[in-house]
Amino acid sequence: MELTGAEILIRCLQEEQVEYVFGYPGGAVLFIYDELFKQDKVKHVLVRHEQAAVHAADGYARSSDKVGVALVTSGPGLTNAVTGIATAYMDSTPMVVISGQVPTGAIGEDAFQEVDAVGITRPCVKHNYLVKDVKDIASTIKKAFYLAKSGRPGPVLVDIPKDVSNHRTAFEYPASVNIRSYHPAGKGDSGQIRHAAQMLLEAKRPMIYAGGGVVLSDASAQLTDLVRLLGFPCTNTLMGLGGLPASDKHFVGMLGMHGTYEANMAMQHCDVLLAVGARFDDRVIGNVEHFAEVPRKIIHIDIDPSSIAKRVKVDLPIVGDVNLVLDELLGVLRSGRQVPGAADMAAWWKQVNEWRAVGGGLRYKNSSEIIKPQFVIEKLHEITGGDAFITTDVGQHQMWTAQYYKFEKPRRWITSGGLGTMGFGLPAAMGVQMVNPGATVACVTGEGSIQMNIQELSTCKQFRLPIKIIALNNGYLGMVRQWQEFFHGNRYSETYMNALPDFVKLAEAYGHVGMRVEKPADVEPALKEAFARKHDLVFMDFRTDPTENVYPMVPGGRGLSEIILAEEL
Amino acid sequence: MRHIISLLMENEAGALSRVAGLFSARGYNIESLSVAPTEDPTLSRMTIVTSGSDAVIEQINKQLNKLVDVAALIDLSEGGHLERELMLVKVRAEGGAREGLKRMADTFRGRIIDETDHTYTIELTGSCAELDSLLEKIGRDLILETVRTGASGIGCGDRILKL
Ligand SMILES: Cc1cc2nc3c(=O)[nH]c(=O)nc-3n(C[C@H](O)[C@H](O)[C@H](O)COP(=O)(O)OP(=O)(O)OC[C@H]3O[C@@H](n4cnc5c(N)ncnc54)[C@H](O)[C@@H]3O)c2cc1C
Ligand SMILES: Cc1ncc(C[n+]2csc(CCOP(=O)(O)OP(=O)(O)O)c2C)c(N)n1
Ligand SMILES: [Mg+2]
Repeated sequence: MELTGAEILIRCLQEEQVEYVFGYPGGAVLFIYDELFKQDKVKHVLVRHEQAAVHAADGYARSSDKVGVALVTSGPGLTNAVTGIATAYMDSTPMVVISGQVPTGAIGEDAFQEVDAVGITRPCVKHNYLVKDVKDIASTIKKAFYLAKSGRPGPVLVDIPKDVSNHRTAFEYPASVNIRSYHPAGKGDSGQIRHAAQMLLEAKRPMIYAGGGVVLSDASAQLTDLVRLLGFPCTNTLMGLGGLPASDKHFVGMLGMHGTYEANMAMQHCDVLLAVGARFDDRVIGNVEHFAEVPRKIIHIDIDPSSIAKRVKVDLPIVGDVNLVLDELLGVLRSGRQVPGAADMAAWWKQVNEWRAVGGGLRYKNSSEIIKPQFVIEKLHEITGGDAFITTDVGQHQMWTAQYYKFEKPRRWITSGGLGTMGFGLPAAMGVQMVNPGATVACVTGEGSIQMNIQELSTCKQFRLPIKIIALNNGYLGMVRQWQEFFHGNRYSETYMNALPDFVKLAEAYGHVGMRVEKPADVEPALKEAFARKHDLVFMDFRTDPTENVYPMVPGGRGLSEIILAEEL
Repeated sequence: MRHIISLLMENEAGALSRVAGLFSARGYNIESLSVAPTEDPTLSRMTIVTSGSDAVIEQINKQLNKLVDVAALIDLSEGGHLERELMLVKVRAEGGAREGLKRMADTFRGRIIDETDHTYTIELTGSCAELDSLLEKIGRDLILETVRTGASGIGCGDRILKL
């Protein structure tokens, strides 16, 4: 029997066990929406803006180990989705985005709602396809899912012209997929791994720096075993938080621009550095020359060879899946008799603990008059038992959440790190809640960011998503204001958020519960009340100290040890 | 340093723009790029001439390899290789200059493939440097038009790039 392209597409999604598609209809995808209507295996979540569809698919994927799926129409549908696609690309989220295109005969004629989807998205996808023949739909979708989730994950776009979705052909979903030009890395080189084990055992001041690759590879158990076996200090990048339980005694906190003093100092002064699924981002190593001033040997495990030796020189590259490489490394270490030198390790930990004492870990001055944002996050951690799924937007609130919500498990921390996309938090939380029904999901946001996708409160109502929105309302585009305070002579150019809406009324207008919290003493009771409302979305408008800054801070382009601590100002 | 990179990629619409886009997006130099299908019509062979520090060249190789459409890649400059470029150059050839131009073409083992009473079109195949040197010899005053294909490269002996 012959099926239409649209029917085939839906059958493919069913074959891939896709439970939810986040999308928004339009002319070019009418046939596809018609087929969605006729079945109930693949459920559709109607968002209010295509950017939100992609962020929701992103949150869905990051908080599970599934591929997120978004569906948008041609032209403006696709261009609205681009920010979401770029966000997923920068943070390596496995995702398939399906876009409608004008009919094949109209392509190139500046047709109504035509844009070159493949061209526009090319620099921000892992790969993309324009399907010109209905016979290619099934094999293309198969490839898209395979590419999205294998190797270094990423978004894959499939652009389907309207007529192709209505042409007919026989349907057969390929059982396997082989792309001759694509060979993702698997196991690492055994010789290199043995060499790495030796370097680690001989280190005097070792350090483990673990990133998003550990989370993406579901390798936090192996990382934790490795850290405990060797007894080395370990730091996480923003993307790697939860990869090692924050309560582990070897954890020295996040590193980088807003990382702890001890993590940054240990990173700067170690003699052997094991980098695991982390890409030496410029927010982590601000100044590569300064970093190189202290000689150290670097071992780098990454599935993507282009992540290795991109910004810093690497002495021992290991290309492979973190999961498999760490398994093998652990095997080598356990089968040998050698252990790290006790005296060296004791001296190194003494040094690390001294740094800890200087930096005081993370600290802020609490107040009984005005709500400190860090205090809200500490209470949020307490009240949710440290076990919630937390999404964020971008800014100071994001950094405070990273610092003060101590993540014990991977895939609980969902944030836009690489692109830093304001407007990510709420739609991402929708995806998280869909794939983790019944779980506690909170979105920590700012009064600036939340307004970038506030319309999704409507989607949350329709799908009864009981997300808790924690708005740290400081009345400023705080992160930008902080830079203006530090580096632009306190000239707060366009960072004051004038004419804010009444968020309580706004939440109520969408059919949700709104709460305003203005006093420190009310923070805890308000949070308790909100989280007790298991079935309601609660929008909490916390009026926080507008002058608070994020510390520590390594100014952009500076060295890790040139860090500004809270008390220095 | 100058590098000549050769690759095999899927002969598909858009594959070329993926490569070209990569160079512009990441700010890499591109001196020349030439591409055409191979004996297997599903594959194209591309030769790219680029330059950069060792670290940049390493990234260029890795980034090219990462493109899903790129099936195989070799940095020809890392070993024995041959490099040829084809050039067609049309020159003003009048009066006394005609004899000299003809001799020049002969010395370079070029061929005159079209002539009128006031022009020659010379075809020359050689390394990029040889082509440059002929152009220099002729001089800009006499050159009416230059068409170059960009370098094509191949490894020496058993250095073979094949799927
Ligand atoms: C306002 C703001 C401030 C920020 N401040 C900081 C900061 O202070 N500190 C900080 O750390 N970040 C900070 N960031 C985030 C920063 O921009 C980067 O997103 C982040 O540092 C990158 O994390 P990562 O190195 O773990 O790499 P990711 O982007 O998570 O990349 C993962 C790496 O792992 C590899 N990988 C993927 N899968 C596998 C696998 N299966 N096996 C092996 N390898 C794999 C990938 O190839 C890649 O190299 C900030 C962002 C914002 C918006
Ligand atoms: C889409 C987008 N536009 C601009 C920026 C630049 N930016 C980074 S943080 C920030 C301020 C965010 O303000 P708010 O959401 O109130 O958070 P706060 O820093 O006050 O906690 C801005 C404008 C961005 N990251 N994303
Ligand atoms: Mg703010």
